Amino acid sequence: MNSVRREVLKAGGGVTVMALAVSAGLLRPEEALAQAAWNKAAFETRSFADTVKALGGAAAVENPGVRFASPTPEIAENGALVPVTVTSSIPKTESIAILVEKNPNTLAANFVVPNGTEPFISTRVKMGQTSDIYALVKADGRYYYAKKEIKVTIGGCGG
Amino acid sequence: MSLSRREFLQVLAAAAATGMALDAPAQSAAAAADARFYDLPRFGDLRLLHFTDCHAQLLPSHFREPDVNLGVGEGINRPPNLVGEHLLREFGIRPGTRDAHAFTHLDFSRAARRYGKIGGFAHLATLVKKLRADGPPCLLLDGGDSWQGSATSLWTEGRDMIGASRLLGVEAMTAHWEFTYGAERVKQAVAKELQGGELPGGIEFLAQNVKTTDFNDPVFKPYVLRELGGVPVAIIGQAFPYTPISNPRHLMPEWSFGIDEDRLQQLVDEVRSGRGGKAGAQVVVLLSHNGMSVDLKLASRVTGIDAILGGHTHDGVPAPTLVANARGRTLVTNAGSNGKFLAALDLEVRGGRVSDFRYRLLPVFANLIPADEEMRTLIETVRAPFKDRLGEKLAVTEGLLYRRGNFNGTFDQVILDAMMEQKNAEIAFSPGFRWGTTLLPGDAISFEDLMDQTAITYPFTTLTVMNGATIKNILEDVCDNFVNPDPYYRQGGDMVRVGGLTYRCDPRARMGARILDMRLGGKPLQAGKDYKVAGWAPVAEGASGEPIWDLVGRHLRAKKIIKPPRLNRPALQGVAGNRGMV
Repeated sequence: MNSVRREVLKAGGGVTVMALAVSAGLLRPEEALAQAAWNKAAFETRSFADTVKALGGAAAVENPGVRFASPTPEIAENGALVPVTVTSSIPKTESIAILVEKNPNTLAANFVVPNGTEPFISTRVKMGQTSDIYALVKADGRYYYAKKEIKVTIGGCGG
Repeated sequence: MSLSRREFLQVLAAAAATGMALDAPAQSAAAAADARFYDLPRFGDLRLLHFTDCHAQLLPSHFREPDVNLGVGEGINRPPNLVGEHLLREFGIRPGTRDAHAFTHLDFSRAARRYGKIGGFAHLATLVKKLRADGPPCLLLDGGDSWQGSATSLWTEGRDMIGASRLLGVEAMTAHWEFTYGAERVKQAVAKELQGGELPGGIEFLAQNVKTTDFNDPVFKPYVLRELGGVPVAIIGQAFPYTPISNPRHLMPEWSFGIDEDRLQQLVDEVRSGRGGKAGAQVVVLLSHNGMSVDLKLASRVTGIDAILGGHTHDGVPAPTLVANARGRTLVTNAGSNGKFLAALDLEVRGGRVSDFRYRLLPVFANLIPADEEMRTLIETVRAPFKDRLGEKLAVTEGLLYRRGNFNGTFDQVILDAMMEQKNAEIAFSPGFRWGTTLLPGDAISFEDLMDQTAITYPFTTLTVMNGATIKNILEDVCDNFVNPDPYYRQGGDMVRVGGLTYRCDPRARMGARILDMRLGGKPLQAGKDYKVAGWAPVAEGASGEPIWDLVGRHLRAKKIIKPPRLNRPALQGVAGNRGMV
């Protein structure tokens, strides 16, 4: 199954795959195309605090209900493609944002979690250097976060 | 004769200690103790035999344990970060004994002459057979780094080691350096050479934490279930989590590694509960190549593992550390390197759970254990085509040549000196590998000995112009790999060896503030000035250059006699009272 899925995706270019995914019912067209209101200000912030503010929140608190899950690494294998997975067990989770503190712009992504959806997101971010990353959850109007350092190293010299 | 007068006197003293100076009753008592050295009291319901990081050492050798192995953060002054007398005291080992020689660097040359070489697969095979025959039902596990570390393993792409491991009866393994032969070679070996053939059974290649980079799909079998004396036992494999970072990523471009606690916890729960009508495992073991400090942290967070049989950091730790976690406790071991040790973990199982254990980490003294004939023949056969090349004598060493230690070793210093001289460089870097055998004062350095220090699939030497700021960044980056306060951010190697440049190091400082007072020829290094830096083992794709063994070989042939090298080690600060140094 998995190898078939991989071959299909390798065979098809991005557009074809998108079309296939839509026609297979994996993605609804409006999801593939729709762009929720773009919060330009938030994506231009340069610190954790400013991002929370730009997203319309006040003080965010650290909460163990927000969690970086596998395969989020401690040391990135490739800074250009760092896998990040976040889960939230906080009731009424509305959105999950990923912030990379030392990137030129802090906010890397913000996912809206519709009511009734499992708060689980998985994506990849680009990191220029070792940095703390934050998973910022909005739940019932309040903000919660988890923090983790991801090292971007020059490699070699091990073992 | 290239022995110094002091060394010669040490040899005489060693001879006296083994014979003349002892009275007859004491001598026969020592002989009787030697005869019982490998007799373990019968205990428990099943036995797990474990060796790790043998680095392809088919023949007995010397391997000097470190005199600097600093603990930082929570690891300070605890196993495995204890050396010399500190280690002896912690584990109640008497100085001067066989065990003291095997587990420490103390009085190394003299003790090595007294107790002889350690390891070798022919001797290991005899010991495995004895421990299989003496004890309860048994599994033999290999923690990885078996296919790399010698000329013959490199030249046969690990085939010599796979043959020897099959004959030894290894039942499961995990891996790290194995991956540096490239993903295709590993897949080929796992699919064919580890299985089938004339010998019964096969070697299970286990790695729960290796996934494809695209969909996170598992690449290898994560675990194996075996019944030992009626007890279902699960062995889960954990490959080295930072393989594509410490080693060239382009050799396994489509595989992703990492510690992956989440999947490990799922697997532990899965094997414990049983599947498809099969009974759940009553004993769960992680065969790990994480490195000991990572294993200690993991044991406190992942529940349901009875024992972590660990490797990678080459720590010969005489007794397990017991780690408490939310649902019980986990034994954490580390079984040394270079074929020196065989670990025996005997477990007693009552009421479906491990109730008690005994652990011994046995040094494999070649002169106490007769060679297994079948294994000896196999080793001779695999070496035969290469005999002339292996045996070439390059030079004679006047001093003790070893590698292991956090900051430098004398064999690394020889490599650094060779690189600076041959490449006309002001500064040289050599990777902080923890493998590589030890030569005694007066020993010839053969080409095979040189390969024991250098046999990798990316051996290229380089000459690079770097400014002082870049050099500082590299040293800070590598230093963080072994002194980061959080073990999950460590890669388990040692500090890059540095030639030409002197510096001070404060391991307790934050990254960026650890490397201090860098000087070249007494003058401070300048951030904006360019320097010529020689190095080897580049991890970047497309790298090329003369192989390190050719460069060092040429250097050694020209020198003929290698004087004891002047070891360039940084002055350390903030380490008073650290028992990871002497």
